[in-house]
Amino acid sequence: MTNIFAFNIPFVSIFLLMIAAIITPVLPVRNRIPEKLSCWVIAIVAVMSAYLLYSLTNGSQSIAFNFPMGHFPAPWGNELRAGPLEAVLSLSFCIVMLLSLLGNFSSTEEDIAPGRRQVFCVLMNLLTASLLALTYTNDLFTGYVFIEITTMAACGIVAAKESAETVRAALRYLVMSLVGSGLVLIAICMLYDLTGHLLMQNMHEAIQVIVITKNYMIPLTVSLALITTGLAVKSALYPFAFWLPDAHGTSTNASSAVLSGLILKGHIFLLIKIYCRVFGLDVIHALGMDTVIFILGVAAMIMGSVHALRQTNIKRMIAWSSVAQVGYIFLGLGLNTTAGIAAACLHIIIHASIKPMLFTSAGGLSTAAGHKKGLHALMGTFYANRWAGLGMIAGACSMMGVPAFAGFSSKMSLMLASFDSPFVVFSLAALAASSVLNALYYVPAVIVILTHRRNVIADTPAPTRLYKISMSIFLALNFYLGLFFMPLLRLITRGVNVL
Amino acid sequence: MLEKLLLNHYEAAAVILSGIGLTNLLLQRNLIKKIIGLNIMDTAVYLFLAAKGYVEGRAAPILLENGSGGWITNPDVYVNPVPAGLVLTGIVVSVSVTAFALALTLKLYENYGTLNIDEALLRMTNEQAELESQIIDAESEEEVL
Repeated sequence: MTNIFAFNIPFVSIFLLMIAAIITPVLPVRNRIPEKLSCWVIAIVAVMSAYLLYSLTNGSQSIAFNFPMGHFPAPWGNELRAGPLEAVLSLSFCIVMLLSLLGNFSSTEEDIAPGRRQVFCVLMNLLTASLLALTYTNDLFTGYVFIEITTMAACGIVAAKESAETVRAALRYLVMSLVGSGLVLIAICMLYDLTGHLLMQNMHEAIQVIVITKNYMIPLTVSLALITTGLAVKSALYPFAFWLPDAHGTSTNASSAVLSGLILKGHIFLLIKIYCRVFGLDVIHALGMDTVIFILGVAAMIMGSVHALRQTNIKRMIAWSSVAQVGYIFLGLGLNTTAGIAAACLHIIIHASIKPMLFTSAGGLSTAAGHKKGLHALMGTFYANRWAGLGMIAGACSMMGVPAFAGFSSKMSLMLASFDSPFVVFSLAALAASSVLNALYYVPAVIVILTHRRNVIADTPAPTRLYKISMSIFLALNFYLGLFFMPLLRLITRGVNVL
Repeated sequence: MLEKLLLNHYEAAAVILSGIGLTNLLLQRNLIKKIIGLNIMDTAVYLFLAAKGYVEGRAAPILLENGSGGWITNPDVYVNPVPAGLVLTGIVVSVSVTAFALALTLKLYENYGTLNIDEALLRMTNEQAELESQIIDAESEEEVL
C-alpha cells in the first residue's frame, strides 16, 4: 500500500489547479503575478506526480489504487484511480505544459491583450486540471464532464488572440468538439443503461456477463462505436481532423503547443482506459473495433502527411503533421496487444514533448522573419534565432525517426509491437511510408531555414532567457527519450499491465 | 420490430430527436441553428436517461414515512436517483456550453457580419486577396517611380 501522502496526490493535484484557476481572476495583474502563480502551481503538481510515480514503482510489484471521492463507497460513489501509467502521463503533461508556457512567454505577451492575460492563465490552469482528471478518473460520467471542460477551455485558448481568424477557428473547433462530446454522452448513457454502473471496473464485470449471455450485443456494439467515434473526433483521427489545422495553426504559439501536445492526448488516453478497463481487449477484438481503428490509424498516418505536404504556412504544416502522429497512436492501439498499447502510450509521451518544441521553434523562427508564417519567408531565420533553429531541426529529425532522436524510439517500439499482430506487413509498410512522407515536408523546411539570405532582418529581438531555458530542456528531453527510452517503456508496460 | 419500438417508445423518440439534433449541428450553416441542434441533441439524451430512470409504481428517491412515525428504508420502494443526477449535471454542462458558443457566435458576427462560418471564411479570403493585390499595386508603383 502506498503512503497516505501519495494516496492523496491525484485528488490534491486536480484540486490545487482548480483553486489556482478560481483565485487567478482576483489577483493583482502587476509583476506578472497570475502567470507566476500558474507556472508555480503546475510545477508543484509536476513534483507531486513525480513522487506518486516513485512511490508506485519503487517496490518490485507495480500497484494501483482507487481514491474514493465523497462518502459513498464503490459501486455508488465516484472514484479516482492512479497507477504507474497515470502517474507517468500526468508527470509528462505537467512538464510539457510548464515548458510550453515558459518558452512562449514573450509571444503570448505580444499576442494577448494585457487585460486578457489573467483569463488566459485561468484557462491554462483549468486545462491542466481537466487533463489530469481525464487521466485519473475511474468514473465515465466524470470523464464526460471533464471532456466538456477541456472543450471550453481549449476553444478559449484558441480564441484568446481575439483576431477574426482565431474566432472563426475556435467556433469550427467548438462545433466539431460538441459533436464528439455529444456522441460520447449518448454512448455513456447507453452503457449505463446496459450495465447499471458508471465506475469502470463494475462496468467491466457487467459487460463480461453481456458478452457471455449474448444478450444486448447490438446496443453494446453501438455504444462502443459511438464512444470511439466521439473520442476520435476530439483527438483528431483522420477523417474527423479537418478542424485541427485551423485551430492549431492560427492560435497563439503557447495555445498551439498545448493543443497539439496535450489536449489530443488526454482524450486518447481516456479512450485507452475505456478499451482496457471498461470493455477489455478481448471484447474489443470480438466486436472488431481494433481492425477499424487500425485502418483509420494507417489512413491518418498517410493522409495527415499528404495534407501537410501541401501547406505553405509552417504552423499549419506542423498541425497537419499532428494528424499523422495521432495516426501512429491509433495504430498502436489497433494492434490490440499489451505491447501495442505500451508503444502507443510511449508515443503519446514522445509526441507530447516534441510537438510543443516544434511549435515553440516555429514561433521563434516566424518572429525572426517579422511575424511571417509562410515557409518562403523563413529563409535564413536559423541564423537569426539559433535556439529556435536547433529546436526545429531536432524536432524534424525526431518526426522522421532518425536514431537518437525521440521519434525513433516510439517508431521502433511500434514496429516491434506489430510483430505480434496479424497486420504486421501493413503496419510496417505504413510506418515506413509515413516516415518517408514526414521527411518529404520536414527536410525542405529545415533546408529553407538553413539557407543563407543576403538581406537578413537585422533588428530581430534576441531570444529571451526563458526561451533558451525551455528550449534546452525540450532538446534534452528529445535526446533522453531517443537514447534511454527502455526504462520508460518498461515502466509504461508495467502500468498497462495493471490498467 | 414495431412491437419493440412501441414498447420502448420513449427511447425511440430519444433516438429520433438526437438524430435530428446531430444532423442540425453538423449540416446547418447558420450558427444559431447549429446551437439549437446541439440543444435538441442534449435534450434527447435527458429524455433517454429520464425514461430509463423511471420505474412504474416506485416513488421519488426521498424517504417516505411508513405511518408509524418511522421511514420506509426499503430501496425497492424508490427509483434510482443516479439518472436524475446525471440529467442535472448534463443540463448544467449544456447550459454553459450553449452560453460559450453564443458568446463566440457574437464575436464572429462582430468580426465578419455573418452567422455562417463558410461565408466568414469566404469574406476573409476575399479581404486577404484584396490586401495582397493592394500590396502588389504599391510595389509596382514603387518600381515605376
